[in-house]
Amino acid sequence: MYEVKVYITQKESVLDPQGQAVLHALHEMNYPQVKNVRIGKYIQLWIDKDENIEKTVKEICDKLLVNDVIEVYKYEIIPIKE
Amino acid sequence: MSMKNIKAGVITFPGSNCDRDIQFILERFFHIPTKILWHHNTFNENEYDLLVLPGGFSYGDYLRCGAIARFSKAMQSLFDHVKKDKPVIGICNGFQILCEAKLLPGALIRNINLLHLAKDVPLIKGNAEFFKDLNSVYHIPVSHSEGNYRVDEETLKELIDEQRIAFYYKENPNGSIHNIAGVLSKNKKILGMMPHPERATDPINGKTDGYIILKAILDHLL
Repeated sequence: MYEVKVYITQKESVLDPQGQAVLHALHEMNYPQVKNVRIGKYIQLWIDKDENIEKTVKEICDKLLVNDVIEVYKYEIIPIKE
Repeated sequence: MSMKNIKAGVITFPGSNCDRDIQFILERFFHIPTKILWHHNTFNENEYDLLVLPGGFSYGDYLRCGAIARFSKAMQSLFDHVKKDKPVIGICNGFQILCEAKLLPGALIRNINLLHLAKDVPLIKGNAEFFKDLNSVYHIPVSHSEGNYRVDEETLKELIDEQRIAFYYKENPNGSIHNIAGVLSKNKKILGMMPHPERATDPINGKTDGYIILKAILDHLL
């Protein structure tokens, strides 16, 4: 068994309206030192024993979890003792 | 426009809510027999001359709008339909699905002001040559939270050079790059747009600019 942690963020070139709204809120809350906020996604997967775990994770990300037009991702694969 | 013997199919996803609107409009105003197709079934790709992906939602639009719908069985038949260069229209959620399916370039992200927009917007023609006679400003409803169209600079240049911009917003309501409201595929047979012309076609709705837009689209596609 593996626990897979996928971190998805918007490409730097893509405007992040949610991040901008949070940035403004933080400035209103008197945190002027915050210079930028970008909001992404964190997805956990639990995957059974798989000899090609790396390939499987990449495929899952490329096919469904991530849209490469606007997003980039990285992942961690953590083996879990059964 | 020769609509004789033309048959259309509208795919209904869990959450679609403009499927019957576009069916009604195609049948009543354009005399195109239109069948509702359930997302969970494949269909014969030779059966329909036109497919429509309607507005609304699909599979809760979890992950990203349209991301899950793209893998439905009916979409696999749509891919076969598209391989034969046959036309598809995607309206609102349908446009999002077409982008997720990579049948159209780009992606639709949250509106710039984060608000759900539900109002009429002034729409003008894009740079596609077959819309050259659409010389007015047309008032067409939009209803979306994720209508902010994004493409990279290179693809934007391609869309401009290849005359693949179907419609522009006259006033940008959602932050879309280059004021783009609708685009076309490379072969110009697939059209995606955020505004809902089907909601402004029947005079009973109090506005009919959508008829002009839909007629121009159908004249080109069929």
